[in-house]
Amino acid sequence: MSAPAMTPLVRIEDLSIALPRGADRPFAVETLSLTLNAGEIVCVVGESGSGKSMTASALMGLLPPSLPVRSGRIMLGERDIVRLSEDELRAIRGPEIGMIFQEPMTALNPLRTAGDQIAEMFRAHTDLPRAEIEARALKLLDEVGIPEPASAYRAYPHELSGGQRQRVMIAMALALEPKILIADEPTTALDVTIQAQILELIRDIQRRTGMAVLFITHDFGVVAEIADRVMVMQHGKVVESGSAEAVLHDPQHPYTKALIAAVPSLTPPPPRALPDQTIATVRDLSKTYRTGGGWFGRKQRVTYAVKSATISLPSQATLGIVGESGSGKSTLARCIVRLLDPDSGAIELGGVDFGGLAGEALRRQRHLVQMVFQDPYASLNPRRSVGDLVTQGLIARGTKRSDAMARAKELFALVGLDPAATDRLPHEFSGGQRQRIGLARALALEPKVLVADEAVSALDVSVQAQVLKLLVELRDKLSLSMIFITHDLRVAAQICDRIAIMQRGEVVEHGITADIFAAPKHPYTQKLLSAVPGRAN
Amino acid sequence: MKALKHFLMSPAAMLGLVLLVVIIGLALFADVLYPRDPLGLAGRPLQWPNPAGRFLLGTDASGRDIAAQIAHGARTTLLMGIVSTLIAIVIGIVIGALAGFYGGLTDDVLMRLTEAFQTLPNFILLLVLVVVVGSNMTAVTIAIGVVSWPAVARLTRAEFLTLRNREFVQACRTLGLTNRWIIFREVLPNALAPIIVYGSVVMATAILLESALAFLDLSDPNIASWGNLIGQGRKVLRSEWYVSAIPGVAILLTILSVSLVGQGLNDALNPRLRNR
Repeated sequence: MSAPAMTPLVRIEDLSIALPRGADRPFAVETLSLTLNAGEIVCVVGESGSGKSMTASALMGLLPPSLPVRSGRIMLGERDIVRLSEDELRAIRGPEIGMIFQEPMTALNPLRTAGDQIAEMFRAHTDLPRAEIEARALKLLDEVGIPEPASAYRAYPHELSGGQRQRVMIAMALALEPKILIADEPTTALDVTIQAQILELIRDIQRRTGMAVLFITHDFGVVAEIADRVMVMQHGKVVESGSAEAVLHDPQHPYTKALIAAVPSLTPPPPRALPDQTIATVRDLSKTYRTGGGWFGRKQRVTYAVKSATISLPSQATLGIVGESGSGKSTLARCIVRLLDPDSGAIELGGVDFGGLAGEALRRQRHLVQMVFQDPYASLNPRRSVGDLVTQGLIARGTKRSDAMARAKELFALVGLDPAATDRLPHEFSGGQRQRIGLARALALEPKVLVADEAVSALDVSVQAQVLKLLVELRDKLSLSMIFITHDLRVAAQICDRIAIMQRGEVVEHGITADIFAAPKHPYTQKLLSAVPGRAN
Repeated sequence: MKALKHFLMSPAAMLGLVLLVVIIGLALFADVLYPRDPLGLAGRPLQWPNPAGRFLLGTDASGRDIAAQIAHGARTTLLMGIVSTLIAIVIGIVIGALAGFYGGLTDDVLMRLTEAFQTLPNFILLLVLVVVVGSNMTAVTIAIGVVSWPAVARLTRAEFLTLRNREFVQACRTLGLTNRWIIFREVLPNALAPIIVYGSVVMATAILLESALAFLDLSDPNIASWGNLIGQGRKVLRSEWYVSAIPGVAILLTILSVSLVGQGLNDALNPRLRNR
């Protein structure tokens, strides 16, 4: 640590935040104590619902009225944040404590320019002249590493990339030189290469200014990159805290151990022996999106989402399609299952020209390939029982209702759910259980190929590990051939026999997983691999 | 069930529900309360309301019992309101669902049609329809349904536009379900809550439209309805104003009860608005 250490800026003492009655536990945060010193980065780690974001909100005095502080104090110098009035809090937010959020697109006002929003901080809290404010805002944009600060100053949020938007948020949070920065999952919505840059930026600024950073995250890779101290939370309680070194390498609490063990390793297992046949091939598939363009000759904008992609899937193998957002991996997956119509190219599935089918013929062959979706909450119709969801494909193909229901119960047992639960509604299940239901639905039609589109990305790391384990078990038991779309190289390393790396719609590298991880050939693959957080651990 | 509980806890919604139940009861028991023909001569014309006398709410210019007409009129008004609302909702849902689900050319054609209906003032269109097809109650009910669907179609379309790209709908497509199945069994149930709530607005407007027609003597004169009674009272409005005022209050209370129930449903079915 470089900055003058051990000057306590904030002391949280025995903080308890109540949950509304009827919740699964009485407190969102229970008897939490934490001291935040100048010049250090403290990471609060936990899975969803652990109370980590509540802690950050309490520190900003931003708790919703339904979640009152029951006991404890948050001492900022001589003041107790819990007991301050709204006016006094407003004077603290910005000049003394800055905050950055997970999703910069929703945290920025879409109708005002980036520069204007940074300048707002000065206008609200100081009485500097206009010219001085503009000069300072420009300087801030430069400091957070935005290329061409002058043009970014005039840009609207939608004209900036995700990483640039997060830099603008950081510039706003730093505008009044607060002593404390709260970062609530600031890199979760970003691509891995951008995440690496933002983490470096935060650490860099923290070293330069000597401020204290409270960094909320669920990702142990990020913790390894940035933390000086770590606090692990579970069900609203702190289960372990200590230096980053100690917690990461010598965790004491079983929960911490389980969390760290659940992070997939970046070293792929040795390749499996696979049969020679190919079950699916995609040849020269292209998909463009046309936006704008109308009757009056406005110019059309053409975006190549997928550009002559060629991949092949050996029978019983798992092919990972890896890329960052906008790389076209999801578009490719949706073309393969024919949710989107490709512009050109061929898709062959188990000897059927699947890409050439249309209308009724396509509908009759849709059972050949099935998909597991990303969002466990949006992918199940909330108004139908989970048994209905699993059986409806079979019933549409002419299976008798009672037979289909019997099959659904078998599938439920297969994916590790209680077969008696088929008459419940989706909201009665947790995220991981919902993904299992989605999997049962996809398997019901006995597809030749299963496409999983970021199927574990929305899940907590321990649940993710369970679902991945299930996928591997099913793959071996049912001889499944799988296409696995992911942005997470760690997940890809563990589950995929082969991977295809996509960048800007093109497959830039394609081969056996172990080979690519050992010796990436394409510069983009190298960049991706080196950006994975916590790769040293 | 949470929604039902929330509905029952809201005083405004309960007031609306009680009012509505009273009006429905009045309609159901009209024959028991006033077994005689409500349009038959009952006594001396233009008697003022007198709770102690023979005529609780007085008589109109033709000597007919106003209370009997109100009770029997409740039947007409409610039946007409419900049926025309159903017509409007069914047309609206079908057009909105097709436009929202298929998009593209289908959407363009159906939405231009909807706009064509919307740009014409409802009442003028209704007048034209009634003049063309005649003014018996069935024709009036259908005509009111036919002029009231565009807003329902727009609402349904908006719901479908957001729902059709949800992952559960895509999942249904990959399962090989037919479009008809997806539209009516998967998407529609999820879009129905705001449409049902909007139904209360359609019903209130339908009742008003019918009264306005009757006021102009364009509704069915052979059936006791509140609108007809107001029309009757028009001629004696300055001296015996109660003839128009009593059915006017009945219409007011009915519309109030329907909108209170609708608002209560809206609050109960949209959990996100609850804590405002």
